[in-house]
Amino acid sequence: MTGSPTAPQVPDRLTAPAVLEHFTTRFGAGVTAARVQERREGAKKNPNYNLWMDLDRPLLKDAIRELQTLGPVHLSVISGTDMGETIRLIYTLSLYYGVRHGEYTVNFAVSLPKNDLTIPTISDLIPGAVFTEREKQEMLGITVTGIPDNRGLFLPDDFPKGVYPWRKDETGIPDSMVKNLWEVRRPKGRPAPAVTVAEGKGECAISEKEIVEPAEKPKAAPKKPAGKEAEGAGRTASPPAAKEKDSPGKPAAPPAAGKEVPAPPAPVKKEEVKKE
Amino acid sequence: MTGEKTKTVPYTVPVGPIHPALKEPVMFTFTMEGEQVRDVDFAPGQTHRGIEWMGMRRNPVQIVHLTDRICGICGLVHSLAFARAVEQVAEIEVPARADYIRTIMGELERIQSHLLWAGVAAHELGFDTLLYLSWRVREQAMDLIELISGNRVNYAMIQIGGVRRDITPEQIPKIRELLSTYKGLQEKLLQIFLRDASITLRCRDHGILSPQMARDLCVVGPTARASGIRMDVRVDYPYAAYGDLEIEPILPDRLTGEIRGDVYDRIIVRLLEIPQSIDIIEQCLAAMPEGNIIWEPKLAKLLLTLKKAKGEAVGRHEAPRGEVLHYVRMDGKESPTTWKVKASSYSNLMSWIPMLRGEQIADIPIIVASIDPCLSCTDRVAIVRGTGRSIMTKEDLHRLSVEKTRRLQR
Repeated sequence: MTGSPTAPQVPDRLTAPAVLEHFTTRFGAGVTAARVQERREGAKKNPNYNLWMDLDRPLLKDAIRELQTLGPVHLSVISGTDMGETIRLIYTLSLYYGVRHGEYTVNFAVSLPKNDLTIPTISDLIPGAVFTEREKQEMLGITVTGIPDNRGLFLPDDFPKGVYPWRKDETGIPDSMVKNLWEVRRPKGRPAPAVTVAEGKGECAISEKEIVEPAEKPKAAPKKPAGKEAEGAGRTASPPAAKEKDSPGKPAAPPAAGKEVPAPPAPVKKEEVKKE
Repeated sequence: MTGEKTKTVPYTVPVGPIHPALKEPVMFTFTMEGEQVRDVDFAPGQTHRGIEWMGMRRNPVQIVHLTDRICGICGLVHSLAFARAVEQVAEIEVPARADYIRTIMGELERIQSHLLWAGVAAHELGFDTLLYLSWRVREQAMDLIELISGNRVNYAMIQIGGVRRDITPEQIPKIRELLSTYKGLQEKLLQIFLRDASITLRCRDHGILSPQMARDLCVVGPTARASGIRMDVRVDYPYAAYGDLEIEPILPDRLTGEIRGDVYDRIIVRLLEIPQSIDIIEQCLAAMPEGNIIWEPKLAKLLLTLKKAKGEAVGRHEAPRGEVLHYVRMDGKESPTTWKVKASSYSNLMSWIPMLRGEQIADIPIIVASIDPCLSCTDRVAIVRGTGRSIMTKEDLHRLSVEKTRRLQR
């Protein structure tokens, strides 16, 4: 692989408006909106350019192919917005990288009607696109036809089917799945600290214990997704699973019962004695 | 995953989701033939936090502070990319001085990030003395960042329309002092990393990413440059103060005269980018204009402007690991309609597959670390104990941390 740096050979680099014009002449009415965004920063105000084009859905691959004939193309990411009736996908690419001050960001936007959320894969043109296409499938619920790898990407295996985090309609994240951290608060009748440092027990021993308990908990917890209640119940009942079955009434008690109830591990009691 | 898990050749070796050899949570499934990796698959998202979802329910100024917390190492890159996107939507002009401060902070961050990576790489090679050395010298950059911003991480330097803190005249000698310290260290670092026989043996011609593969997989940053791709957002796409500077992308042939696209080349690129950053900071200090550091210091006014803004834009920045890109769409509401974060490692993870194929099992850690992966984390923590696997939720973690704080307070 020894050799000279692969400096892109771009003999006749088009200006940003010329790139736009190239596409509007090539695809005519297929380009429904087009604009060049110029931005000047720093003290010398050298310009950078972002090109935006709205395309008819069937033209997407042709447009990317066309872009690749102009110069070196890099795909950054595909973004998507739920616009209500449609889902708008924005393919953010860049053209002419490797040319000092010569790179343009090129954004192709296509709209997918909600009754036909399909788009062909572009991974045959840009193999690296699979990663971001997989993400769009799981986040927006679209179908990328011909995608070589159809698995999820970021969402956990147990994430409910038919829920798409970026959607703003009924398939978006329902309120029942939202956990507000501020609502967690401290549990009522909270457990006293497990062990004090003064007792000379190492930090490790403590955290070890604490991690062990909740590890068993979620078996019960996920079925009650709502914040506080499940949380409180899970905690008081957590240590031995048997206890949970024995006393289903217990979780109701804590407010009245106060500190004594939830203190499961032995060291806690010691601490309480101390305090009192 | 290719094929079933079997007890005969080829063996399936899982590494992850949390593994001592990897600094980040990611699940690898290796198909092994003896000591050799035949195929590899990985699953990110072991700790996906849903930050984009959170952002779409917050106002842009709140998001700036959220972006600070996307990555624990690069506190600036995401806020800079996000701010640049929003500034374009709302047509806010950033004062030139702010652009220079952004650039200086961005480069200080690159220095500390590359040194951090150098330490991690040394550790993955089993060379822990070098880990300690790299991280000791990194502390000086962290101290300087703390001096300027008030914090080692989560600097909160960026605000939409500028920066939140100025670089004062008293700080400038301190910055120069640091730069000269690092200049003095440069030769030593290159000597230790690149002329060491065992590092060379472990890294030369291992974890190769061909230029064609790098282009196909849309790889960015030092990983792309080490494979000979001349790509650097700072050079190609003038933004902040980078458009005013004389800089060139660093490719490994600058030192060795050849490009092999292996782990060794990635070490070269990152080590050479440290003096480049020093040079950029010096250029910035020399040319830094006077003036305001922010377009509108009053948050209420800023928010009012942002609330009216309509449109879409992308903000890019060359982070230590490569291109960071934020897409923002605003529709005249309090929160943006869409916010997409594209971190640098998002583009780089796919390159693991061609790099790892055919390599030895013992080289997995250094090859995985060689792209400097950053899979920032914490929404969920998966606990694997024995054969069981369970998930700790944010509430559990919150409860544990409150309890720990109480304990410490006693």
